[in-house]
Amino acid sequence: MLAAPARNGEKTPAPRARAGRGGWASRWRDRERATGLFGAAAALLLLSLLWPYWTIHLYAPQYPQGLAVSVYLTHAGGDVAEVDELNHYIGMAPLAEAAPVERAAGVFAAAVAALALLVVRFSGRRVPLVLAAPTILFPLIFTADLSYWLARYGHSLSPAAPIHMDAFTPVLLGQGMIAQFRTAAALGPGFYLAAAAAVLAIWATVLRLRTCRACVLRDRCSIVCLAPRASSAR
Amino acid sequence: MLHTRMTKRYLFKAAGTAALGVAGAGMVARRPVADAQTSDLLTVAKSRGLSPDEARAALATYVPPGKYDEALMFASGGQSGQVLVFGIPSMRLLRVIAVFSPESWQGYGYSDESRSVLRDTSPESVADIPGLTWGDTHHPAISQMNGDYDGEWLFINDKANARMAVISLKDFETKQIVQNPTAAIDHGATVSPNTDYVLESTQYAVPFPRTKYVPLDQEHYNNEYRGVATFWKFDRTRGRIDQAHSFQIELPPYWQDLASFGKGPSEGWVFINSFNTERAIGGTLEHKPPIEIGASANDMDYLHVINWKKAEALVAAGKTTVVNGIKVISLKDAAENGVLYFVPEPKSPHGVDVAPRGDYIVIGGKLDPNATVYSWAKVRQLINAGKSVGKDAYGVPILSFKDAVAAQVKLGLGPLHTNFDDKGNAYTSLFIESAVAKWTLGAPYHSADEAWKVVDKLPVQYNIGHLAAYQGDTAKPMGKYLVAINKWSVDQYKGIGPLRPQNLQLIDISGPKMRMLYAAPVGNAEPHFAEIIPLGKLRAWDVYPPGTNELTMRPDPNAVQPGKERIARHGKTVEVWMTAMRSHYTPDHIVANKGDKVVIHITNIEQALDATHGFAVHAYNINLSLEPGKVETITFTADRPGVFPYYCTEFCSALHLEMAGYLEVKP
Repeated sequence: MLAAPARNGEKTPAPRARAGRGGWASRWRDRERATGLFGAAAALLLLSLLWPYWTIHLYAPQYPQGLAVSVYLTHAGGDVAEVDELNHYIGMAPLAEAAPVERAAGVFAAAVAALALLVVRFSGRRVPLVLAAPTILFPLIFTADLSYWLARYGHSLSPAAPIHMDAFTPVLLGQGMIAQFRTAAALGPGFYLAAAAAVLAIWATVLRLRTCRACVLRDRCSIVCLAPRASSAR
Repeated sequence: MLHTRMTKRYLFKAAGTAALGVAGAGMVARRPVADAQTSDLLTVAKSRGLSPDEARAALATYVPPGKYDEALMFASGGQSGQVLVFGIPSMRLLRVIAVFSPESWQGYGYSDESRSVLRDTSPESVADIPGLTWGDTHHPAISQMNGDYDGEWLFINDKANARMAVISLKDFETKQIVQNPTAAIDHGATVSPNTDYVLESTQYAVPFPRTKYVPLDQEHYNNEYRGVATFWKFDRTRGRIDQAHSFQIELPPYWQDLASFGKGPSEGWVFINSFNTERAIGGTLEHKPPIEIGASANDMDYLHVINWKKAEALVAAGKTTVVNGIKVISLKDAAENGVLYFVPEPKSPHGVDVAPRGDYIVIGGKLDPNATVYSWAKVRQLINAGKSVGKDAYGVPILSFKDAVAAQVKLGLGPLHTNFDDKGNAYTSLFIESAVAKWTLGAPYHSADEAWKVVDKLPVQYNIGHLAAYQGDTAKPMGKYLVAINKWSVDQYKGIGPLRPQNLQLIDISGPKMRMLYAAPVGNAEPHFAEIIPLGKLRAWDVYPPGTNELTMRPDPNAVQPGKERIARHGKTVEVWMTAMRSHYTPDHIVANKGDKVVIHITNIEQALDATHGFAVHAYNINLSLEPGKVETITFTADRPGVFPYYCTEFCSALHLEMAGYLEVKP
């Protein structure tokens, strides 16, 4: 079925006729380049699962080495036990209870987003942006969700806690202060990999759409790409 | 006045040294700053009345907050029954390791685990002495590989009850105490070059074995009292002494003393010195000479030279009898099979120390002003040639003194104990003279014209017993530091009552002349001997892996995870699986009926450095120390009705005082 557009293409003389500098053939190379970029973006997005997206360091006199909590797409790592231990004094919920749906769906979402990028190759002109959108929006959605949970944790302190603190929102990026702890939060390698995936996906989408605009079959495709194979294009 | 000793010239010298140190630390960028700091240092030295040497010593030993000492010193604690751990060069007391005496800070002797160690209820035990609550620790021995400390285990003997303890240097806790089944009092404790055996040598002869009564008269003493050399087999993989593969050699009723294993050319041999070869037993009320006089009558005692490889072969061949559960090579077999030889040694000596290359054996004469040095090559030759000058009353061959000796070096009064540096020098404590003598060994350490000479002497305060040089009893001495372990401090500390502290003095031995650096009073124990090991050789745990049993150093079957805490009742037993964390116990209520057996397993679920909790129960004489990750069990009978608070004895957190619970015991 996937080979069908190619066969259709063979019946069409137009691409060969329009081949030439700045013509359809160079646009075809853009299409292949886009496919490669989408593949790279998908790989980066999947790779980002292995690295923390966000890390917060906490410093206090009795922790000369500092404490660090790293947020991955699927879990929180680092000194979680010790931070939970400290948080229970101010009535903050255990970190493992944060974002249960997001953490459960994280791997699935990344996999679907990555898979969608691989499908772009076979999609018609109306679809690439839709398929690339999850990857492009991925880091933004993560950041928005993290901000939400930071605010929610800081604003739902248990009133029964031994130490009463005013509601607060931990700083998402940069320096902050929570009780005696100086905090320093920064995005991690996982986030940067996902951001790089998003940039590649944008680039690839632009290339791909440019190809589509130049394509002679652009009026006939919408969901499925009808363009011929590269070999027959030359 | 001290001030008057500080002439301007000397002050400049001291300041120069100080400024150099500061510049070396990279803190000085420009000359005016250096000058300002120099004059500041001068002001401090002057205001404290420090001489240039004293100011220099202060700089040489000061370890600033947050920085680490270069080495650790493990010192015995004498009649405190413990081991002390000091930092070198700061001489700060870093740890006390509870060994033979209960110690409530560490919960030692209160938890089920530590009680099982203290009472030696291990199945291997055959001659347990019940009810002991103290010990007399004398000779610490760090485990070795190839004659060099490996920093894994520490052994220490209890002189008073002939016991040997095994301490893990992973967590600095006592793991095992074995009771000598045949001997009463020991003195020497030392390890073979690869820690195959820990040797325990007896001191005061008693009926053999000690569990039998034999009247104390000269004839019975000569015939039925004995000394013993015990070779405790150490099983490294288990980290325990293996009594089934240990053995003893029966020795004459001389009072054996310290011991050192041979290494290099003398590997396979061990040397034990002795005094009271006169076999004096005293009897002052019957107008017989006191033991101290009777035991000092002869000019010579016997250095025991033991072929332990051959002894091992005799054991393997079954030439042993089992006495109180341990295999014993009889004195007759030892004498007849080339296991035991004597070489005369002057006079009531104390230390017997093997030179780093294993080629010389040094005896501290104690009542003789000489250090007597035996050449291992000569001793070996005499043994190989079967040349003896006679036999003692028990048939042990005696080798010729003059043919075995390499040199006698006149050191001064009361030479006791010798350690070595990395430049072929020996350091011997002079008890009577209150000094340390530095002297040169012979070839191959020094050429013939430099050999066997006293090159320096340094007074110490006062009555030095043993001394410990940096790795000074190993095949790889490191020089640099030496600690004089002085028995009397007399006037060195003031305003502290009649029981005076011991006085440990740190001496710089890096140069040609020894320099006094620092004195550390020890007000809680009497160190006898010590060993100094570089900090880098130790690989101690910072916290226990979660749920660790301190004895097995493996996961404890009764460890609980948070959320899995529970109380179970079966019959008359209430069993609790509890967690401790900042700042609460779960559960915080325990209910029992009068007469119930209560078993509490507590897991400290923390992993933060230093997040230790205690667990004390009112009126039940219970206190535990729960370091992060550790599991402890306490079993007791709830024999008193009432309500008993339990609480955390270690100030753990801001809500430490709130870390408490209640034990209800219903009438």
